[in-house]
Amino acid sequence: MAVLTVPPPVREETPPPRFKRTSPTATVLLLLGAAYCLLPVLWVLVASTKSASELFNTFTFLPSTHLFDNIAFLSGYRDGLYWRWMVNSAIFAGGGAAVSTLVSAMAGFALAKYEFRGKSVAFNLVLAGVLVPAVILAVPQYLLLAKVGLTNTYWAVLLPSFISPYGIYLCRIFAAATVPDEVLEAARMDGASDGRAFWRVALPMMRSGLVTVLLFQFVAIWNNYMLPFIMLGDDKLFPVTVGLSGLLNQGATQPAMYTSVVTGSLLSVVPLVVLFLTLQRYWRVDLGAGAVKA
Amino acid sequence: MRTKSAPYLFLTPALVLFALFLAAPIGYAGYLSLRRVKVSGLGLGAGSRSEVWAGLSNYGRSLTDPEFVPSVLRVGAYGLIVVPCMLGLALVLALLLDAGRTRVGTFTRTAIFLPYAVPAVIASLLWGFLYLPRVSPIVDALSSVGITAPDALSSGWVLYAVANIAIWGGTGFNMIVLYTALRAIPTDLFEAARIDGASDIQIAWRIKIPVIGPSLVMTFLFSLIATLQVFAEPMTLRPLSNTISTTWTPLMKVYRDAFVRNDIYSAAATSVIIAVATFVISYGFLKFVGSRAFSQEN
Repeated sequence: MAVLTVPPPVREETPPPRFKRTSPTATVLLLLGAAYCLLPVLWVLVASTKSASELFNTFTFLPSTHLFDNIAFLSGYRDGLYWRWMVNSAIFAGGGAAVSTLVSAMAGFALAKYEFRGKSVAFNLVLAGVLVPAVILAVPQYLLLAKVGLTNTYWAVLLPSFISPYGIYLCRIFAAATVPDEVLEAARMDGASDGRAFWRVALPMMRSGLVTVLLFQFVAIWNNYMLPFIMLGDDKLFPVTVGLSGLLNQGATQPAMYTSVVTGSLLSVVPLVVLFLTLQRYWRVDLGAGAVKA
Repeated sequence: MRTKSAPYLFLTPALVLFALFLAAPIGYAGYLSLRRVKVSGLGLGAGSRSEVWAGLSNYGRSLTDPEFVPSVLRVGAYGLIVVPCMLGLALVLALLLDAGRTRVGTFTRTAIFLPYAVPAVIASLLWGFLYLPRVSPIVDALSSVGITAPDALSSGWVLYAVANIAIWGGTGFNMIVLYTALRAIPTDLFEAARIDGASDIQIAWRIKIPVIGPSLVMTFLFSLIATLQVFAEPMTLRPLSNTISTTWTPLMKVYRDAFVRNDIYSAAATSVIIAVATFVISYGFLKFVGSRAFSQEN
């Protein structure tokens, strides 16, 4: 298994047993790591409360009272362009993740549960796809989509994100680990077609693994920069990453925009942080276990 | 299995998308890398520009471009900083969490994982501001004890500044991957060693790290591939620093050649070189460590 989505049965989360003394060194080191990771987050929380004149002139971590002014100013910028960017990001990440998870689940299921001619060719293609750096594809993808007139549309960002070799690889492992052959056989004895057996039997059994793949893809698309940056010219179609880096460019000539960049950065992180904290139990990715088991 | 066609039907969407958005772009990049534009006459009028075969001349131009080699070396140095620091930190933190000798485990685990939720562009924006001497608390702190901190975005430091953003963004994710692998180790593997008086550090070094070897190999491989593609961080920092050129990394050069200079042929050749190099390095690495990662579980 490459990914464990249920807590491993071996050791549950328990407070340190009594014979284990707590170690101040471990605590200090972990807190230092947490401080390093939280520093920029704390800064953006504080900085987004500052007015443009305070941003560069008051003590870095001294909060001010302008958060709502900043949000109002950002929301008013070109008729709420910022919120369009957020909606676009949600469309790209939500749509792309949903479709690619379904495509991956079907392919992974076929690779795990059927014997057929060309199976190893298909699997090796998937592996090669995992190793191809996706970003290298962006320029030729742009040129090809330009030929069919799809650049500068939502499809230009959505279509390439529908295929995820890594998602297929993970789904194959989930299907192999969670869907027993006997259950599929029983469904067939009851007269279920292959499609129905997949939809009604296999998919529900793979569910927690699919949530992990969905989250993976959602974060990867939400965080993507180069693909939309290359594909889109109309700033009404931008996702929030491309939009904010464009705003930062404007800041070079209009320093007042920096406040909007900072506030926009804070707001853009909120949905993902919420998603993380609520779905944390699905982040149990064990990339290497597939190699030992082989 | 009942229907012979079923597995093919299940695979069809994936194969079609694979062909259109992975195989075709790769093939097209390979094709373009062997082509060039021939200008006849004065280069005016519709028929004066035509595409002809160029042999390997685009590759020659790419490899001898005075800006290509420095950008490759820069990414090489960047990778030598990012990958060991990020994975070293991730491993130490994962082992500390797994040892369970602290009461701040849940809080620190969440806090360290949090940067994974922050897109590289946003992370670069945040750190970019923190690097500005007028904002940076580190500059403040150092100057209060009489030390003038170097400008993080000056030419001597900017590589470390970008590396820090990648390390900040990647440590938490890799820590979770390694931590998950550590949690899956059966306790009896090291309880005996503990009873024999082995310390936590000995147990980590002799038992835990070897057992999670495959996970370390995979995190190393994915970090390496991500490192070679560095693009968003330097592109975002550019407005804040004049030390990041348009060809600072190989991928930035591809972007500039394709979209600023409209030389898609040279851009395609450089893309193919980066793709082949990435593939050779990752495949070579897997061979070198003798990993059977990715093998089919038959």
